[in-house]
Amino acid sequence: MKRTIALGTAALLASTSLASAEGVVNLYNWGNYTSPEMLEKFTAETGITVNVTDFDSNDTALARVRQGGHGFDIVVPTHSYLETWINEGLLMPLDKSIVVNHGNIAPEWTDVPFDPGREYSVPWQWGTTGITVDTAVYDGNINTADIVFNPPEELKGKINVVPEMSDVMAIAIYHAGGESCTEDMEVMRKVRDTLVAAKPHWKAMDYSTVENFASGDFSAGIGWNGATMRARFQRDTVAYGYPETGFPVWMDNAAVLADAQNPENAMKFINFILEPENAAMLSNFARYANGVAESDEFLSEDMQGAPELTIPEDLVSAGKFSEACPQAVNDLQSQIWTELLQ
Amino acid sequence: MASDPNQTEERHGWKWLLATPALIVLVLAASGPLMIVVLYSFLSPGNMGGVAWEFSTDAWFRVFMRRDIFDPENVTVNQAHLAVLWRSVWLSAQTTVICAVLGFPTAWFIATRPPGQRTVWLFLITIPFWTNLLIRTFAIQEMLRNNGTINTALMWMGVINEPIPMMFTDFAVLLGMAYVFMPLMVLPLYAAMDKMDFRLVEAGYDLYASRIAVLRHVILPLVKPGFIAGSILVFIPSIGAYVTPRVLGGGQKMMLGNLIALQFGQGRNWPLGAALAMVLLIITVTALVLYLRAVNRQEDKRDG
Amino acid sequence: MARQFSISRLPGFGAIALLTFVLLYLPIIILVVFSFNENQSQSIWGGFSLRWYEAAFDNQQVRDVSIRSLWLALVASSLATILATLAALATTRVSRFKGQTIIYALINQPLMVPEVVTGIALLIVVAFIKVQTGYTGMGYLVLAHTAFCIPFAYLPIRARLETMDRTLEQAAADLYASHVQAFRYITLPLLVPGIVAGFMLGFVVSLDTVVITEFVKSAGQDTLPTYMLGQLRRAVTPEMNAIATLFLALSLCIVTLFFLVTSKRG
Repeated sequence: MKRTIALGTAALLASTSLASAEGVVNLYNWGNYTSPEMLEKFTAETGITVNVTDFDSNDTALARVRQGGHGFDIVVPTHSYLETWINEGLLMPLDKSIVVNHGNIAPEWTDVPFDPGREYSVPWQWGTTGITVDTAVYDGNINTADIVFNPPEELKGKINVVPEMSDVMAIAIYHAGGESCTEDMEVMRKVRDTLVAAKPHWKAMDYSTVENFASGDFSAGIGWNGATMRARFQRDTVAYGYPETGFPVWMDNAAVLADAQNPENAMKFINFILEPENAAMLSNFARYANGVAESDEFLSEDMQGAPELTIPEDLVSAGKFSEACPQAVNDLQSQIWTELLQ
Repeated sequence: MASDPNQTEERHGWKWLLATPALIVLVLAASGPLMIVVLYSFLSPGNMGGVAWEFSTDAWFRVFMRRDIFDPENVTVNQAHLAVLWRSVWLSAQTTVICAVLGFPTAWFIATRPPGQRTVWLFLITIPFWTNLLIRTFAIQEMLRNNGTINTALMWMGVINEPIPMMFTDFAVLLGMAYVFMPLMVLPLYAAMDKMDFRLVEAGYDLYASRIAVLRHVILPLVKPGFIAGSILVFIPSIGAYVTPRVLGGGQKMMLGNLIALQFGQGRNWPLGAALAMVLLIITVTALVLYLRAVNRQEDKRDG
Repeated sequence: MARQFSISRLPGFGAIALLTFVLLYLPIIILVVFSFNENQSQSIWGGFSLRWYEAAFDNQQVRDVSIRSLWLALVASSLATILATLAALATTRVSRFKGQTIIYALINQPLMVPEVVTGIALLIVVAFIKVQTGYTGMGYLVLAHTAFCIPFAYLPIRARLETMDRTLEQAAADLYASHVQAFRYITLPLLVPGIVAGFMLGFVVSLDTVVITEFVKSAGQDTLPTYMLGQLRRAVTPEMNAIATLFLALSLCIVTLFFLVTSKRG
């Protein structure tokens, strides 16, 4: 026993620079977000092995990489953080001689404000934050944030709000008639009063929405479109609403780190996920839409034309890219948040 | 337990050196890095997390005081922070009591098994903890939900007609924390009881002839070090608990651990997080020192 | 023969102990049952199936993180137990000396700071060392976990030492020539329950340490808890129930083995 431990220790301690080995690429991504089949396919085609390491928040990922010495090659930050990553020189410009599939990025996702012309990043998955409702419990208009902020009697005590400060704040600000990251104190006062008044009617502020909507413990709430779709597969009365006053749109993007040890392999991987078929594999696993043109036909049947993945025409304009707010605004929001959760 | 003070005096000359390897590891991986947290609490928040290298006492000010968001002239005590702090201390104290009430008889039960069986019972206490904390917490959630195991069983037995809402309440948080920290109470108690001289207990039983009296005058003094160790191990980590309040409490009401994590995460105010962490550290150290002092004083009294 | 003082003399103790065990095992039984659920759900039973075990075995990442977790817990808690035993011997049953409180505070410090704070502090230090030395192996995680496990191992061992009868050791000290022998043949065997308790606590604590690992890990160093943490925001798959059940089975095997070995010796 002792010797086994000693040997194991020696072996593990010796495997220091996993990152610089031949034929490897180190992906740093959200947990449970990378299709294993797609990775297998990549390895079969290129001979490159992918090591996946998970993070659980944009803040952790950013803090981790900023400090250096991490050993990752590719990272998948959300659009609102991407500008910081680019501005701080943490990312490497895409090598378009390798990323030849660059043109496969859907036109509406090519010239995006957070990375104009897609010099550094490519789409991974995108989605929206909106309203999840069990229509068996509530049969009114589902495209309104009032369901959560001004709940009807039948939903009181059955509401869950995902504990995602910037998303919830954005929906509340839109609901109060403001712009995201507003510094208008009148709007923010309204936001605070609305949230404080609504909170007693909420049951939880939790991430585990799929399970709880499927079991009927939650009947309404703020949540993500992909999670709502998963819940609907288990309970078909669950529906997804897009608040008319405004809702956040987000996109996670893959990019290569400036201090990547396997930049060439990383670029190959980036190129690989831009193939429509491979992008669809990602979507079929993570259950969100990707930003690659022509990938729809490869989507699994239950996702084709799913209402959670297609924003209705008349509500498209209500979708807004949530920005990362300046420090002072973020501070204001987190004070309101603390007050809410005290 | 007579001991020769001269001998111990002589021995500790080299004896304390035995602690150095542990101290080196702790200084390297715990206390040393903590100095950085002290430093950070006096800096300004950086862009998107991190710190900016500008001296500031703002974080410390904000721990205790708050400027009204809508009326900056109006400075008051930061009630939100105090509420979170009080909740943390109160829930942790309750957790410690629950663990002690359940843990003491359990440890006693184990210590009174035949010697060969004891280790097995001990293992039985720790086996549930081989599963991951999150998984365990989700299983507790499963137990407590409206159509979960407990409610279904009670309704089937006809005890209740409507499910009792238990999920996302303080009750759920307490239950979850008591669950998580139970072995931290049972094992030190057992360690203290195991080689307890049961003849003393018997003699005490003959002498006092009342179970309560034996418990108070004989057993409790003997297992006190175990109680102290167990209470520290339960109380202190529960103040900073993060996962249990988040999952079982439904994340609606923060404990100190969640508040600190918020500052290092979505709140993006590392200095405030650092200052709050220092406050937590100061509270726990003070509690610990006062506790140990009181215990020592009592022992001195008894010895003298 | 004096009458045996048994727990039956302390009414209710057996019942409470039983209640404790029931409470500890109820959620465990639920998760084991649901690991065999055909359904994707944690709450709706859809028939018996081994699909989550197959999924877990097929998933390279799940296999890797499980083995890494067990290895790390074993190494870190062994180291922590050794260091904590030495530290307990150094600080217990000695006349009070200057700096004793400081040592005590140092040893317990990892307990007093929430994991996220230790995690951030370690991230800054460890990242600096990683950049300077280029070494990004498991050593950092071993060090961090060992430090975190030390107080959990220390307190039961110390509690044990404090309640131990000293007369035997003193007799031994009179008989034997060296302290070392007295320690080897008297103190250590008497200490075993404390050491076992300390080791087991250290082991389960390391298995659960998540935030510190999250900040210290390098590429390819996910452990089971950090892997789980990554899933928290999305959906936790019943695969995790299967893994948890396998860990339980493993722990039961170890208990059985331990029982067989000790009962043979006895």
